[in-house]
Amino acid sequence: MIRADLEAMAQRELQRQQAFRCRILCCASTPCLSSGGSAVYDAINAAVKADGLDADVQAVATGCMGPCSRGPMVTVQMRDGEEVIYEHVTPEVGRQIVAHHAANGPAPTEHVLPHDIPFFAKQKKVVLANSGLIDPERLEDYVARGGYMSMAYALREMTPEEVCREIINSGLRGRGGAGYPTGLKWDMVRKARGEKKYVVANGDEGDPGAYMDRTLMESDPHRVLEGMAIAGYAVGADQGFIYVRGEYPVAAKRLERAIRAAERRGLLGSRVFESNFNFRIDVRIGAGAFVCGEETALMASIMGRRGQPVPRPPYPAQSGLWEKPTLINNVETFGSIAAIIQNGAAWFAEIGTAKSKGTKIFALAGKVDTTGLIEVPMGITLREIVYDIGGGVPDGLAFKAAQTGGPSGGCIPAEHLDTPMDYESLKALGSIMGSGGLIVMDERSCMVDVAKFFMEFCMDESCGKCVPCRVGTVQMHRLLERITSGSATLQDLETLKELCVMVKETSLCGLGQSAPNPVLSTIHYFLDEYEAHIRDRRCPAGVCALDQTPVTEWVHA
Amino acid sequence: MSVKTSPPSRTRPRAADDHPSGDPRFGLIDRTLKRFSFQQDALIEVLHTAQEAFGYLSDDLLIYVAHQLKLPLSWVYGVATFYHFFTLTPQGQHNCIVCMGTACYVKRAAEIVAALQQEFQVTAGETTADGRLSLSTARCLGSCGLAPVLVLDGEVLPRETPESALERVRQQLAAGGAQRATQAAKNGGAGGAGDDEE
Repeated sequence: MIRADLEAMAQRELQRQQAFRCRILCCASTPCLSSGGSAVYDAINAAVKADGLDADVQAVATGCMGPCSRGPMVTVQMRDGEEVIYEHVTPEVGRQIVAHHAANGPAPTEHVLPHDIPFFAKQKKVVLANSGLIDPERLEDYVARGGYMSMAYALREMTPEEVCREIINSGLRGRGGAGYPTGLKWDMVRKARGEKKYVVANGDEGDPGAYMDRTLMESDPHRVLEGMAIAGYAVGADQGFIYVRGEYPVAAKRLERAIRAAERRGLLGSRVFESNFNFRIDVRIGAGAFVCGEETALMASIMGRRGQPVPRPPYPAQSGLWEKPTLINNVETFGSIAAIIQNGAAWFAEIGTAKSKGTKIFALAGKVDTTGLIEVPMGITLREIVYDIGGGVPDGLAFKAAQTGGPSGGCIPAEHLDTPMDYESLKALGSIMGSGGLIVMDERSCMVDVAKFFMEFCMDESCGKCVPCRVGTVQMHRLLERITSGSATLQDLETLKELCVMVKETSLCGLGQSAPNPVLSTIHYFLDEYEAHIRDRRCPAGVCALDQTPVTEWVHA
Repeated sequence: MSVKTSPPSRTRPRAADDHPSGDPRFGLIDRTLKRFSFQQDALIEVLHTAQEAFGYLSDDLLIYVAHQLKLPLSWVYGVATFYHFFTLTPQGQHNCIVCMGTACYVKRAAEIVAALQQEFQVTAGETTADGRLSLSTARCLGSCGLAPVLVLDGEVLPRETPESALERVRQQLAAGGAQRATQAAKNGGAGGAGDDEE
């Protein structure tokens, strides 16, 4: 296939789509399916068939549309460009939708979700631009929306060096959490000596409360593949691996299907676009180890070993998979690449703040009215996310804190609601951007209990290689256990703080270095809650039982 | 860590020895072994297949895989026990996973676990004495918008309460569901959004 063929394919698909009077897009991502989405899709399909509307109406199973708690979601696209979004669709409502749009039946108005609600209006979709609009299992759908054009352009018009420069100029930073400038990393791998190089996409999204990568891989797999292929061209690699978390079988299946479809058309594999560039991508499935999100552990896992990190340097850019230079980026980072090449670095750099460019996907969950997946420009305030996009805290309760970055991050209390969401501001508050999980907590959440929850997670997930993390997390968990059970003394709190610093400074990899963050940040902002547990043996949120008696002070004196 | 694994090279696949037990499920493992040209790096993929076929990784299976990939058994055992996904003990007829990710935890998933543990006299991560139900918890199944989430025999159930969860599991057990259970066991990890989390 050459570029002209690709354009012809896009044209054909667009014509096909425009031949339908209306297209009914049914969300078929996991959250909507669990709320009954597949029955809705079947009902709509059956209704279309039964009424003989095949030529007029097309039902499409798409990826995520965003407001997951309002699912199952259905979007109707009319030929004249009009779009109607429906929420909480049941099979019965699905039939009504078909009847309304195809045969002037009564409209199910109570299920219509207005377009201009802040949930949609405040978002800016770059990486998720196709999500919810295309059938992720059809290559044609992606191509019709400009897919693989960026790769064609990069291969023909740009040298690898120019691609790296473009990414550097865009200011894109790693979306996995640490925020390392992506372009610099690419350039480093490009310059590394070696015949064989690898590109790895990190889709091992282990943070509890985060599902951005999953949705991206499930809703728009080709976008990730295109980003990886452009990266492969830029750094001089001919083999890519995409490491998918074992808990995401649907994502792995769709990626594999997408790879096969792209290879059949000559968009991946050997001689891409009939150039001299070859690029194969293989899917590797994780097996449930959080530490494999760490890059050196992830590479060990790809090589079939125990997922234990190794000290850096050497960095993967010099010596990664099988000691060869390896580029490793988060799947969301790869998801931004095609848009940057297509629209130019300057366009991308205009979005966001001075140091954090572009958009970020957050998984908004917890105690907000509308939970779901959102993509917002960097620098938006937390208040806008929680109150405008999320619709505020339900049941008339007060906002207490938002947790970002999962077990490596921290909490942002109510007084910092107006903080812009970017790498630096979050770091200054003792939290991190992380991969994008954002969990809102109301006054019924006990912050000590939350800290204990994350510490238990880190304790379980510690790989056991280095002592500070293996032993330190257990001891910190034990201390937190004592605080929440009411048997702690003030001395325990001091010991806890000391341990936090020790584990943070001496652990081998990111897991241990960041494990104390939730504790440190809750102690910083909610010291009164810790003291209430210890001194008054009372849990202000009413979560902890506090049924143990304290060990007498002199034991610790 | 003395064993060096080699980078992927397209070597000619050897013919797999037939397993003496004559169990056809070993054929599935052999197919995966062949697909990866007996590369030692494919160990995790092979273990995934083995667990899907057999439901759990018995000693016999580990020995077989170690032999086929020419890896020390200790190496294979080390990998199998490192990852939560692999289980070395047989699983119950029915499988219930309670998500304990942050969003579910904030929405009190712990109460669901406690209720199930009490009702069915089983601790999370184990199987009931009669082998009917395996209860486990998972670290986030990525359905946070629907918290708290339960996965029962591969089916994701959103917005559960302790009462509704008990009811669902009771129904599932009462339905006998022998067919479903075998189906789920066959599908193994592919069946649900995260089976066999320890």
